[in-house]
Amino acid sequence: MNHICQLCNQSKATVHITDTMPEHRERHLCETCAEKEGVIVKQHHHTTNEILQEFIKHKTGVGEADEHVCPRCGMTFREFRLKGLLGCPHDYEAFRRFLTPLIERAHEGAGHHVGKVPHNADAAVRRQTHLLKLRRELQETVEQEDYERAAALRDQIRKLESAESV
Amino acid sequence: MTIDDLTHATGEWLRGTGPLSDVVISSRVRLARNLADRPFLATASETDRTEIYRILVQEITSLPLAEDALLVDVEHADRVDRRMLVERHLISRQQAAAEGSRGVSISPDETRALMINEEDHLRVQGLRSGLQLEVLWEAVNEIDDALSERLAFAYDRQFGYLTACPTNVGTGIRVSVMLHLPALRMTKELERVERAARDMRLAVRGLYGEGTEAVGDLYQISNQTTLGRTEAEILKSFVEAIIPRIVEYERAARDALTKNGASLLDDKVWRAYGILCNARTISTEEVLALLSPIRMGIHLGRFDRFDLGLLNRLFLHVQPAHLQKIHGRALKDDERGRVRAEYLRTFLRTA
Repeated sequence: MNHICQLCNQSKATVHITDTMPEHRERHLCETCAEKEGVIVKQHHHTTNEILQEFIKHKTGVGEADEHVCPRCGMTFREFRLKGLLGCPHDYEAFRRFLTPLIERAHEGAGHHVGKVPHNADAAVRRQTHLLKLRRELQETVEQEDYERAAALRDQIRKLESAESV
Repeated sequence: MTIDDLTHATGEWLRGTGPLSDVVISSRVRLARNLADRPFLATASETDRTEIYRILVQEITSLPLAEDALLVDVEHADRVDRRMLVERHLISRQQAAAEGSRGVSISPDETRALMINEEDHLRVQGLRSGLQLEVLWEAVNEIDDALSERLAFAYDRQFGYLTACPTNVGTGIRVSVMLHLPALRMTKELERVERAARDMRLAVRGLYGEGTEAVGDLYQISNQTTLGRTEAEILKSFVEAIIPRIVEYERAARDALTKNGASLLDDKVWRAYGILCNARTISTEEVLALLSPIRMGIHLGRFDRFDLGLLNRLFLHVQPAHLQKIHGRALKDDERGRVRAEYLRTFLRTA
């Protein structure tokens, strides 16, 4: 089926709709017109690749990043950039410097995990992740002017921090 | 349990029950995990891939809750069976189309599906009807805990759980809620949904996930970011903020349609029924589009020829792989429309 959009008569129709009211009819629209008609909701999110491409263009010396190789799986940063998928868990270590800004961009500025920690992670990792989460909560409660909760959080953080230095 | 047993049943997610089920079709929570000492699938050799599959199958099948589960070796499964699993949301289209060792372990009620060698080594999926995200999270979290007792998953103190694609890193959690929004489309207010979703950093997609268009007025809302928020915070943004808001919009639009255009609405519902009962050849897309006003009609008490349970069975059975399974043989493209129409007429005559 190769249709031209019935509304703008220009773009290729990629959305095909069968209406049943008021009468049976088929409509063929391009994405832009379908969106205007309220038939589809278009995504305004960047795909991984778009983020990657944009990031690479603006933020790093492409050459420098591209040549990096993961010693464990042999993948180069360039290969990752083209595929959008990493070669092995160690890539995160090998490419950390280049991946960090990219990951922050993909996750709306967040660069640190604050969620679940595996059972078998060592105690230090668990404590650090917990601390990060508490510090972020503290910041939020201060912004919300919930000083009572903020004070409680601050005490909790201090306690954990002193335990860390022991 | 065999894969053929699935064909005639509808999974829990199509039961049409659960909170807010007049608008929320189903909820899904999915966790991505990878073995710490194995390459991701992009660089894995055939031997690596087979080994990953073997390790995960061994651990998964020894979980107490996997006792009655059905393990499907997707690599060696029939093409129609693979497609059927996609239609039931038990594997992804990507996993169906991929190559090499891969599979899925499915609980009898289809609320749990553990996909092995999808984009990541393991994806633990929980799927239920209506808005039931907390229950799902508890279930997938429990499976994750049980597996972490025996396996070391790739984890980094900065990035959290490591995934093949950096967009899933951190919690590795993907929450999606499937919504039926016919009234918002009819009143041309879908833009409100999009705006609400965007404010909450969520994506809106069509029925079968990424890159698919909305068929039958079904939309999936899912989180875009997996890092920097806890699993509970991510769930909360759905349960407390976005979903109730969209449900409210849709209900208001349905109210408006009932008040201002009841006869037009009824005409749409019953005309759709008329076509389903009488068509001589019909596509999946058209059936799904026709079932949409009927589904709304049932919820608004304006349609009584069959109930939601039956509608959901139809919804599944008219899709290409299910149709072929029920018909008992593979069908050519030009045959399918005719067989589908025949199936509908028989089904609805006896309903």
